[in-house]
Amino acid sequence: MTTNDMSHSITHRTIEAVFRIESPKLIAGLARMVRDVGVAEELSQDALVIALEQWPESGIPDNPGAWLMATAKHRALDRLRRGKMLERKHNELGYEIEAQQEDSAQAVETAMDDDIGDDLLRLMFTACHPVLSTEARVALTLRLLGGLTTLEIARAFLVPEPTVAQRIVRAKRTLTEARVPFEVPHADERAERLASVLGVIYLIFNEGYSATSGEEWMRPALCEDALRLGRVLAELTPDEPEVHGLVALMEIQASRAGARINAAGEPILLPDQDRALWDQLLIRRGLAALERAQSLGGALGPYALQAAIAACHARALRAAETDWARIAALYDALTQLSPSPVVELNRAVAFAMAFGPAAGLEIVEALTSEPTLKHYHLLPSVRADFLAKLGRHEEAREEFERAAALARNARERKLLLQRAAEMSDRGPSPAH
Amino acid sequence: MRFMMLMIPKGYASAAPGTVPDAKAVAAMMKYNESLQKAGILLALDGLHPPSMGARVSFEGGKAHISDGPFSEAKEVLGGYWMIQVKSKEEAIQWASRCPASENEVIEIRQVQELGDFPADVQAVAQQYPEMQRRLS
Repeated sequence: MTTNDMSHSITHRTIEAVFRIESPKLIAGLARMVRDVGVAEELSQDALVIALEQWPESGIPDNPGAWLMATAKHRALDRLRRGKMLERKHNELGYEIEAQQEDSAQAVETAMDDDIGDDLLRLMFTACHPVLSTEARVALTLRLLGGLTTLEIARAFLVPEPTVAQRIVRAKRTLTEARVPFEVPHADERAERLASVLGVIYLIFNEGYSATSGEEWMRPALCEDALRLGRVLAELTPDEPEVHGLVALMEIQASRAGARINAAGEPILLPDQDRALWDQLLIRRGLAALERAQSLGGALGPYALQAAIAACHARALRAAETDWARIAALYDALTQLSPSPVVELNRAVAFAMAFGPAAGLEIVEALTSEPTLKHYHLLPSVRADFLAKLGRHEEAREEFERAAALARNARERKLLLQRAAEMSDRGPSPAH
Repeated sequence: MRFMMLMIPKGYASAAPGTVPDAKAVAAMMKYNESLQKAGILLALDGLHPPSMGARVSFEGGKAHISDGPFSEAKEVLGGYWMIQVKSKEEAIQWASRCPASENEVIEIRQVQELGDFPADVQAVAQQYPEMQRRLS
């Protein structure tokens, strides 16, 4: 009996779907054996090629994960015999594989299930290793753990496929050359390394949530990839509050996806969003994840704090019901914990909402000399908004125009120019 | 994209009130649910009591008619559902294929509609409606 009825044609897409499900576990399991992520990924590709040849004829095996693993190991032995692998891997690999040669596919699968979680976690830490550039970490994480093809990654980040392929090849080589061990980092560096993993996942999410380039403001598939990675990580590290904090943050932000863009594809800012379009299922999941982060005790970390802020919005049925005083307090905590000009800018928005535009403007004025925000369109955009609220329309128009000139996203630029034009319509500013 | 995997157990249409799966079936299903959770694709799931504990509301002649379960005319009824988030229908099918279901169970896979799936005029109506609700409330 096969898991798939033979009358249902086994297409390329079907095999790719199976591979997407299996490849992270496959690569992780292989990486433990060969102690090299690059070699593990190549072996998994070999197994995929063989599956693409055989499955259309034979049908999908009952246990495709075990089949792929057995096939990949077979390929590993072939390579060993042909001397294609590095000498220093020889002994280790030969030993491990021979020891498992006798195992039935089922036994292999059981063994995989038992410690595959550890292997997946090792793979996550390795793919996000600090020896790699941020771009390389992102590409490798999507490739190895997200199960994306290089073409899919290239499309998501609007870069040519050879660029991504090369990035991945170079990253794998860097890991090999640096002899990065395939392991979960020790206690003394765990927090820092975990922060790198979380940073990579959130970067992927943000690239999908507010694309920094291109015509489209959102690329929802990337948000889904990041959420999936975050949820997987939360299962692997259930006692890490910040992991749940990040998942909570992403779930709640993703809940607004359907309300952030109008029919013309233009962005709608949070206060103007139709909250009936917020996805309550994701909100519930986000609030549950936040509760989990909080229940683990201790002070909230930066992701959990941001999630708590997002939760304040999610809980408000109307924009007017938002608990801005609590949001302002949470931003105060966030500023203490991880001060950054961007956080400060958001704090300004919260203060403006809680205590009036003048309070917000005061914080923003202190940021205008901040060099890192020099080219950041949201600074003049936020300042413009406060000025508009204070009735200083002429200054507001100038700031909206400046923001539009800095915005890299076409749709965002259009929205800012629109607001600038509205300021002109309001006529001259009153004396102040 | 989101899919619902709808569990349709044959014979559930006439199951007695309070019918629940046995411990062994539950254990196997829990392990399966856990695998969906660990893969990061499970959004929600629920099991449903049999129709004998439910009711149907029909609208012949534009008027609500209520009938208590079980429903003699029903051949296939839902036993529960999973809501999953995956990249393709093929992936949803592969996850469904892994379910430790019994021989008399069928899983139907249905993609969840999103606003973008509708033509512009329907989208406009849908976007206006909550707007109306908010003004009224």
